[in-house]
Amino acid sequence: MSAPLLTVEDLTVSFPAGRDGNARAPVVDGISLDVSPGEVLALVGESGCGKSMTALAILRLIAKPGRIEPGSRIVFDDRDILALKVTRMRALRGAGIAMIFQEPMSSLNPVRTVGNQVTEAIRLHERVSAAAARDRATQMFKRVGIPDPAGRLAAYPHQLSGGLRQRVMIAMMLVVQPRLLIADEPTTALDVTVQAQILALLRELKDELGMAILLITHDFGVVNELADRVAVMYAGRIAERGTRSEVLGRPMHPYTQGLLRSIPRLSHRGEALAEIEGVVPSLGSWPTGCRFATRCPKVFEPCDGTVPESVVLSASHHAACHEIAQRRRTAGTPSK
Amino acid sequence: MSATASSADGANQNADPLLKIDGLKTWYPVRGGVLQRVRRWVRAVDGVDLEICRGQTLALVGESGCGKTTVGRSVLKLEQPRQGRILFEGTDILSLSRRAMRRYRRSIQIVFQDPNASLDPRMTVRDAVAEGLNAFRIGRTAADRTRRVGELMEMVRLDPDHMWRYPHEFSGGQKQRICIARALAVEPELLICDESVSALDVSIQAQILNLLRALQTELGLTYLFITHDLGVVGNIADQVAVMYLGQIVETGTIAQIFDAPQHPYTQALLASVPRVELDLGPPAARAIGDAPDPSDPPPGCRFHPRCPKVFEPCAVSEPNMVDISGRPCRCFLYDPAHASR
Repeated sequence: MSAPLLTVEDLTVSFPAGRDGNARAPVVDGISLDVSPGEVLALVGESGCGKSMTALAILRLIAKPGRIEPGSRIVFDDRDILALKVTRMRALRGAGIAMIFQEPMSSLNPVRTVGNQVTEAIRLHERVSAAAARDRATQMFKRVGIPDPAGRLAAYPHQLSGGLRQRVMIAMMLVVQPRLLIADEPTTALDVTVQAQILALLRELKDELGMAILLITHDFGVVNELADRVAVMYAGRIAERGTRSEVLGRPMHPYTQGLLRSIPRLSHRGEALAEIEGVVPSLGSWPTGCRFATRCPKVFEPCDGTVPESVVLSASHHAACHEIAQRRRTAGTPSK
Repeated sequence: MSATASSADGANQNADPLLKIDGLKTWYPVRGGVLQRVRRWVRAVDGVDLEICRGQTLALVGESGCGKTTVGRSVLKLEQPRQGRILFEGTDILSLSRRAMRRYRRSIQIVFQDPNASLDPRMTVRDAVAEGLNAFRIGRTAADRTRRVGELMEMVRLDPDHMWRYPHEFSGGQKQRICIARALAVEPELLICDESVSALDVSIQAQILNLLRALQTELGLTYLFITHDLGVVGNIADQVAVMYLGQIVETGTIAQIFDAPQHPYTQALLASVPRVELDLGPPAARAIGDAPDPSDPPPGCRFHPRCPKVFEPCAVSEPNMVDISGRPCRCFLYDPAHASR
């Protein structure tokens, strides 16, 4: 496998917590991940787990009072992103790393035509004539499957369907050929038939352009369709990571197992779903040891108080869980 | 549940449908010009027939803009249908006066998608849940009602002591439980769930689906479950009605619809669902284009521009519901007049 395009190490993002001004609580707590060219890494988790914050941190778009804590490292294409000057960072956004969001309507300017917005994106990053930019935009519209591409350049966002708007967003992000695309719930607001098309499009574009994708989603179905590797996040930390078939086929962390069992599937009908007891702990009142300890069916003494180490299950498959570590130890001790 | 052989016509005809919808049309006017005259109509619901038997769950599925929510709102008379009948226990509620309707309002309740939008942030949970009790004068004293709210809190697996708290003190899943408790306060027979679990995280969604299933058994409730999520449908529904641009295109039991979908739209919909199971092979042909604007549906069969099985009659005339061994389906493929070519 090629060298990673993006490496994130010990990323911690914190927000003020509590009444006194100094206390801060991490929303992302020391996570590490990497994405290689042409690879899709899915960051999966429920709302509030910190997956979107991770994405924003990579683009250095964490708004105050949030901040990226010292000790965090984000390296993109051998450049230390956190050390870049503001102007260099601005140039990197879009051209190096682009991002698409869940709701295209809130990312598009409602009073300008979509063609106008796409050509602007091109001309911000490259010195090309307006006519050349329009040509490029038309080609890209065609590539992402927008019918009547030349005509649609003149359309305003409200004149397009949700699926077309998301295609416009994807076209706008891809015209400058970013090397990493961060897709934050790119199909969550779309109907399933449209979602299937957008996922197929992302798959094709990735293969064609050799682009890396960091896919942020809560939907394991979408993960299964698009991802090569998966990292499951819970309360600011990565609970389990592995290849798609490792995480979906042989989930080891009790949280991943619970999550996968609670998904209503077409093939299991009318059966009671497995529940994960309780609720996600709210920010600032996260347990001190394993974050999942308060809801975990396998909880035992060490979980409460000690942060679990990552257990290596295979070269690619890791899970941070005391119970797995213990089972490993007992199985690993040579029995005489 | 064993599927009884459809030996006779209408094998599925239960003697006692709690709700029967007959030729329902609910249109919205599009106004324009200086005089705000009606320019045209959006036929959100355009001739819908449905039946739900007591104690059963009917899932009404379809994509955004297909009119499924308007069907639910029409049943509650939150919209004024133009045509058709809505029979609740045999009485056409569309013909009832406001006064006479009051009795039925108690029997039909709804739980919406977003509990944050459904709960008044300045009202304690006790007061929110007791609103229906007050409106229908259930319980003689305030203390009676408080006791009843406590029972309802327990029914939805919440701590009754928390009834004096405000909505913001609860998580999203807990708020949805409160909405369910409020809907159940007046002892309805029919509960309409309009995307009631769609905004919830999966681990919470599982809790709410299990709760709804348990409540159905405990209270003998009947559900009209409006959703776009086929995984949820498979989990909770007995019967399924698939809706496309204002019309029902296919109905059947959950097994019939999921295992042997007849209508090309149902087939496309099922093929589009991203599956969690590994290695099911590449998804079948499913690029069916975007849905047309609901205010301007195509002529002929409304699905024909996206249909992979389109043939001559589809663009010309509108298909009727045809019966394929007891299963209604709106498609020329199954219409003897065309199929026997």
